[in-house]
Amino acid sequence: MTATTGTVTRPPAPGRLAVLAIAAAVVVLGVAPWVVDSYVISLASKVLVLGLLAMSVNLLTGVAGLPTLGQAAYFGVGAYAAALTARTVTQAGLVQLAVAVAVSAAVAAVTGIAVVRTRGITFLMLTLAIGELAYSVALEWSSVTGGSDGRAAPHVVPLPGMGELRLDGYIYLWVLAVFLVLFALVSAVVRSPFGLALRGIRDNEARLRAAGYPVTRYLLGAYTFAGGLAGAAGALWISSQQFVSPSEVGFTVSAMALIAVVIGGLGSMSGAVAGTAVVVLTRDYIGGQLDGRGPLLLGIVFVLAVYLLPRGLAGLRTAFARPRAAGARGAGPAAGGDPPTRPPAVAAAAGRRGPSDSDGPGTLP
Amino acid sequence: MRIGQAGAAAADEGSQGEREQPAQRAPGPAPTGRAVSALLEVSGVTRCFGELRAVDDVTLSVSEGARHALIGPNGAGKSTLFNVVAGALRPTAGRVRLAGRDVTRLPEWRRARLGLARTFQHSSVLLHCTAVENVLVSVQREAGVAARMLPAPRRRRALVDQCLELLDTVGLAGREHLRAAALSHGERRQLELAVALGARPRLLLLDEPAAGMSPAETARLTELVRGLPREVTVLLIEHDLDVVFGLADRVTVLHLGRHLATGTPQQVRADPAVREAYLGASDAAELF
Repeated sequence: MTATTGTVTRPPAPGRLAVLAIAAAVVVLGVAPWVVDSYVISLASKVLVLGLLAMSVNLLTGVAGLPTLGQAAYFGVGAYAAALTARTVTQAGLVQLAVAVAVSAAVAAVTGIAVVRTRGITFLMLTLAIGELAYSVALEWSSVTGGSDGRAAPHVVPLPGMGELRLDGYIYLWVLAVFLVLFALVSAVVRSPFGLALRGIRDNEARLRAAGYPVTRYLLGAYTFAGGLAGAAGALWISSQQFVSPSEVGFTVSAMALIAVVIGGLGSMSGAVAGTAVVVLTRDYIGGQLDGRGPLLLGIVFVLAVYLLPRGLAGLRTAFARPRAAGARGAGPAAGGDPPTRPPAVAAAAGRRGPSDSDGPGTLP
Repeated sequence: MRIGQAGAAAADEGSQGEREQPAQRAPGPAPTGRAVSALLEVSGVTRCFGELRAVDDVTLSVSEGARHALIGPNGAGKSTLFNVVAGALRPTAGRVRLAGRDVTRLPEWRRARLGLARTFQHSSVLLHCTAVENVLVSVQREAGVAARMLPAPRRRRALVDQCLELLDTVGLAGREHLRAAALSHGERRQLELAVALGARPRLLLLDEPAAGMSPAETARLTELVRGLPREVTVLLIEHDLDVVFGLADRVTVLHLGRHLATGTPQQVRADPAVREAYLGASDAAELF
């Protein structure tokens, strides 16, 4: 039809550079406890934990197209479940993790049945309501949650038989190990047939339905998975902070995670973690040296990021990447055609025009 | 270009390997056992939007292997009828049967799994996904692996090769790794066709496939649809009557939601009621 003279080619395989970049990142993260002081390393633990929460938000918002403000609820469910397990059953970190994931995924599955039938602003408001509800429960159900006093938990023992982790460096290594496993898992899911289906639903739900996909079921699956992931982050929060209170379940946590996702670039998992690093460092580290003006600074950083990085931090990488499509008229997927558009609700919630295309085939996670 | 080879190898691999082989859809009578089988039977379908009867008591039968065209002036109810057949809309009254099975109450995605594939009147592609990924969505569903949550590179490669062949078939070679947002309108229509064919449909619904295409693109489309194997039954809506009479062996005319005529292209062309509907006059010889 159009006079194309090209021949079809397979998508390029991930470059050696990508593999090297991943290896370098893992090495840097791994040796960090021997290089930086304990305050910085505890902040790094926080970044990894909240980074998992941001990935959970990103899976729904950036991949499946459902902008959520309620993931702190499942984060909180996981944190309280892990804290109670640590206090009453076992200090074993893996057990706490498993309990937290199971409970938060179950809660997400039940609440998700109603939530995933809605879209756009309605979805946003429902998830906001779930977050507020969870906050109220954490505050009022004091026999379980300790009310506004919160719940303290003993130091974590990663596996039965090992010693308690008391030093920030050791705690960090435990958090890092779990983080890497979960990061790999989420990256795999995004690249799986299921992940493609979610991106398809984000782009055009009617098309997927006509292609034989029960859209609601897929979204419920994604919602449950994201809930479990947020719950895992909650368990690691207990490992690293030994304490949870209603403020960890509040709107602020959900909003921070969404801001991190937007700064990082919608749809990109590594971007979500990098965005979390920006948020935590701005608010806690730099803000701490500025008389507690962290939130103000974060606001400025957010506005700048939205204006200067239309695809978030992840967009920086594709901006320098070489064109991928051989024989194409355009310079590459990022250069050709219209700017991507988002459903209004996502744009309103995220202030961002399009998902990052950096999770296409053959790119870094 | 080694894709053809690779595709064949992939098909081999699929038949031995983990990929469940889709049932071969042989031509011939449907399981109902009737001599001349209708793949699609629409009986007494009415669809109202408030006061408007967009489709009014339409009965239509599309036999297996047919190239059946649905024509009519704007507002005749063609697209509404399509949506009722595909399952995107529930009929207000009437029944839809697919291969002898009553599918009136089945949701759209279940009908798709019975072998019904469609294209949309307004291009309906995944803008942020590449052309290959667009086709992969339907190919992976047809292979029965769409719900898998972990990637399998070898299986994916085999499925991607199928997608590449389909993209080559519809004329998108060289554009396969572009995001759909970067494709032109005509190219998106080609992509839609590849997506529909990726589902290996038994019944293919094409809603104005040539809309917005250049004459050369239209000619290629006609050739492509004509070249489809007879196991694929085609029901198409089209305004371009050259396409209709170049492809269709049966034509149904709708007018103001009602069934006006069904017959061979020649019969329909000669039908005075059809001429009346199209031009509101009897001297419509120029029309066809």
